[in-house]
Amino acid sequence: MSETSGGVKSVSRRTVLTGAGAVALGAGLPGPWVRRATAQAGQGPLRLGFQVHRTGIGAVYGRWYERTTAAAVKLINEKGGIAGRQVEIVAEDDGTDPKRGGEVVEKLATHHKVDLIFGTLFSHVVIASAPRAGELKIPYLVVSEGYHVASGKLNRYVFQPGITDVRAQVTAVAPWILKNLGKKVTLIFPDYAFGHDHRDFFSKVATAQGGTVRALVPIPPTETSFTKYFPRVPADTEVLYHVMVGPGVLTFVKEMGEHFGAKRPQIFGFVDSLEGVDMASPGLDYLEGTYFWEAFPRYAGPATPAHVRTYRERVGINDNGANVNDPKDVSTASHMFGCWETLFVIKQAVEKSGYKKPSDYKAFIETLEGFQSFAEGLEHPQGPKKFVGRLHQVFGQQLISKVEKRRLAVVHRTAIEDSMYAPEADYTKQPL
Amino acid sequence: MGALVLALTALGLSLVFGVMRIVNVAHGEFFMLGAIVAWYVSTLTGSFLLALLVAPVAVAGVAVLADRFVLRRIGYEPESTIVATIGLLYILQQTVLTTYGPYARPVEAPVYFRVDFPWFGYSGYKLVVAGVAAVLLLVTWMALSRTTLGLQMRATQQDREMAQAFAVPVGRVYTVVFGVGAGLAAAAGALIVPVQQAHYLMGLDALLMSFVVVILGGLGSLRGTLVAAFVVGLSDGAISVLFSPTLAKIVATLLVALVLAVRGRGLFGEELA
Amino acid sequence: MTDDRRGLALGLHLGVLALLGALQLVLPPFHHGMVARVMVLAAYAVGYNVLLGYTGLMSLGHAMFFAAGMYGTGLTIQHWGFGAGAGFLAGIVAGLAVAAAVGLVTLRTAGPAFLIVTMMLAQAFNLATLYFNDVTGGDQGFILSGLGLDLFGVRLAFADPAVKYNAALVVFAACLLLSFWLTGSPAGRVLLALKENEERTRLLGYNTVRCRLFAVVVSGLLSAVAGSTYTLLFSYVGSTFGGILYSIYPLLWTLLGGAGTTLGPLVGTLVMTYFVDVASAITTGYLIVVGAALIVMVLWAPAGIVGGIRVRWAPWLP
Repeated sequence: MSETSGGVKSVSRRTVLTGAGAVALGAGLPGPWVRRATAQAGQGPLRLGFQVHRTGIGAVYGRWYERTTAAAVKLINEKGGIAGRQVEIVAEDDGTDPKRGGEVVEKLATHHKVDLIFGTLFSHVVIASAPRAGELKIPYLVVSEGYHVASGKLNRYVFQPGITDVRAQVTAVAPWILKNLGKKVTLIFPDYAFGHDHRDFFSKVATAQGGTVRALVPIPPTETSFTKYFPRVPADTEVLYHVMVGPGVLTFVKEMGEHFGAKRPQIFGFVDSLEGVDMASPGLDYLEGTYFWEAFPRYAGPATPAHVRTYRERVGINDNGANVNDPKDVSTASHMFGCWETLFVIKQAVEKSGYKKPSDYKAFIETLEGFQSFAEGLEHPQGPKKFVGRLHQVFGQQLISKVEKRRLAVVHRTAIEDSMYAPEADYTKQPL
Repeated sequence: MGALVLALTALGLSLVFGVMRIVNVAHGEFFMLGAIVAWYVSTLTGSFLLALLVAPVAVAGVAVLADRFVLRRIGYEPESTIVATIGLLYILQQTVLTTYGPYARPVEAPVYFRVDFPWFGYSGYKLVVAGVAAVLLLVTWMALSRTTLGLQMRATQQDREMAQAFAVPVGRVYTVVFGVGAGLAAAAGALIVPVQQAHYLMGLDALLMSFVVVILGGLGSLRGTLVAAFVVGLSDGAISVLFSPTLAKIVATLLVALVLAVRGRGLFGEELA
Repeated sequence: MTDDRRGLALGLHLGVLALLGALQLVLPPFHHGMVARVMVLAAYAVGYNVLLGYTGLMSLGHAMFFAAGMYGTGLTIQHWGFGAGAGFLAGIVAGLAVAAAVGLVTLRTAGPAFLIVTMMLAQAFNLATLYFNDVTGGDQGFILSGLGLDLFGVRLAFADPAVKYNAALVVFAACLLLSFWLTGSPAGRVLLALKENEERTRLLGYNTVRCRLFAVVVSGLLSAVAGSTYTLLFSYVGSTFGGILYSIYPLLWTLLGGAGTTLGPLVGTLVMTYFVDVASAITTGYLIVVGAALIVMVLWAPAGIVGGIRVRWAPWLP
């Protein structure tokens, strides 16, 4: 990224060259076990490491995560920063790759000496990076949506305070689907982790509530044509539940239309498939009248509250959820707000805990674990949140939207409680 | 439809493989580039037909440049060529990422109608794609068997030194073959955009599938490539009815590997190594 | 090669290892971690080089050996409660098994056919790790935590940077010295002869089939050792490491450093890792730079870095 607006600064050429020079010289440096510079710690800007998917399969999300982060930091800095310190973002591309992800965490922590790290989305990168954050003992706040933080398999340094997890989303929308669309459901999902979360949690919730899962149709990774999978959908299916993250989504929709035509079952999908994709794209007309889960309304309307309007203006999206400067550049509205909210959670936790430098991590973490809820407002434009400290996971409202005139219109907003499941983990028992 | 488009992509790889004796790892990126160029042209001019014409030519141009400035200079040495084409793969893919962006973008199909069968439907455009692909395959076949250039290609394929001795301009034949190979992939990529969208990572799968087809069909055998494309295109669907889809892919991939391992020349064609 | 040249070469290798050992005292934390990682990946490239550099077989499927080591270690620790040492052995056994199977299947192939068969087998292996996601965790993978070794009553936790660095160093040293020994051994010379001219080698009475199998197994074994070590030190197992990109990497590292040179893989891995690290901070299009570098290399330095040095100044380099 070349722009330096809003306090988001890419690593300058000079920093990098200095780094390279350091290894070449290898002399005049402190011993390897001195972790962070202590000279100016606690003063100067608060440096936040941003692990971002600029390249690789997550690049669409990464681009918008970066824009949202820049907008949030600009707002925070305008209002006096965090605890009186200006915020500086140090961004590093992880290529949406687990190996590079671990390296980036190391680089941010030990080379750039940031105060904490945030921003990762794809769950394999999160899972590969989390142990490094734990070993380096640096707070790592992900914006990933995956059910990994709350599952308890990460560590005490990893939090997800800005976005809800897939298990909560499924738990919240499943009853609505069974009640309003039908009880016999067929699931079409990608045959990798994200799809498996849907498969497992939806099946569990739906069966418990009197629904039946008629068939499970996993789609192998990198599939480009879906025609051959539709015959696996049983004829008595009432609801087709689809999660198809990846570039193949338009093909999927088109071929679904070709297969079912007018005699289609009810269709419910997760908007993850269509993040960054224009709803008016050719071929998406078949989605008219179908339903989607959304976390954040992509389309704004007369009912949009003022603080959400401000958020949208700040981030730079128009009423269609696209870039104000390029209407073809559609945002990832249902995910990127997570960066914004995470940054405001960081602000709150830093200010409340009195965090100044890395030796204050204990206070920072315990303060964060002590949070119970976040009120809706400009700092939390998606809606009110409940935070479960032992899970390190936030819970919020989920939206169900209907496609009307090639736009998504919110038809139902679940309660926060609808999404809450019995916690399995307790991070607060782990030593720091 | 899938089988014919696959045949077109694989044919390009097969030509390069057969005549030049090199493995072009960037072949999938030519496919991708064709789709991207088609998206740009049809979005800017509104004419998908024009896009179909421009994409193969533009991509063939890129390929010719790569041949002139890189491949020729390393003398088509097999291992260096693989490295060079991996370099080309990165350059093309990432240039597209920085210019076109990470999005998957579709193009409005020039014709849209749905063929309704009693139990399911089928897209009309896919039939059109199949038709165009079939015509292109036919044209390539004719060009190979009826023109002087085609004759020179086949002569080069059979024996490079001998062809040179008979005054075949081997250098120019190589350049043309590399350009045509890329052009065929680009045409396939352009044809597929209305159905599958243009995306900067779409090349890898095309490359893998083309490899499968070329191997199965046998090196440099046009007929083999066509037959293999159909076998692969159709069996993919058939196997996925019997097994879970991912398992089907595993089984199919293993089968291809074993065929090649046991019978080095594939189903048709000559010995590979 | 005469004996004192061999001695000189051995001295150089030991010197490089000593330098790597000494570096940990002066490297700042970030580079300390980077070099540890580079050593593990360089061990992988050393394994790759056994096949490409000394046998002349170019594979695009080595990620399956790396992943075999990774899963062999990771799964036994995760599901059967193995310790780090036993897990490491399990990774080696898994690597041996996969390498032997691949070696047998590919016996009759060479050149592009070998390249593509290995690629397809690796693809099938990678899909299998996705398919059996209940066990493997699929693309998301899983974490191993709190690993370490108990050595003479002292707990060496892999989370400790010093332990990480030295464990990587030990593994890399073992792989490097094995590859060095191979170049001087009768077996290694047969492999080189095989690379030059298989027909003649066979006519000279060598069992070329057995030699090739040997080369594939050694190469796969070293790759698996690297994969297993990576898992132990960086606590993660996931199917990404079995993907085609991770088959391309060792090829690039080896060629950049110089195929057929024992030190080439280390140099190539080191240069490429730092190159990507520096370039990715400057531009999003850093892979363009990587691509351009590859092309520049094949045009002007086809023998790679160490290969070039050998051609110009030090013909005694193994």
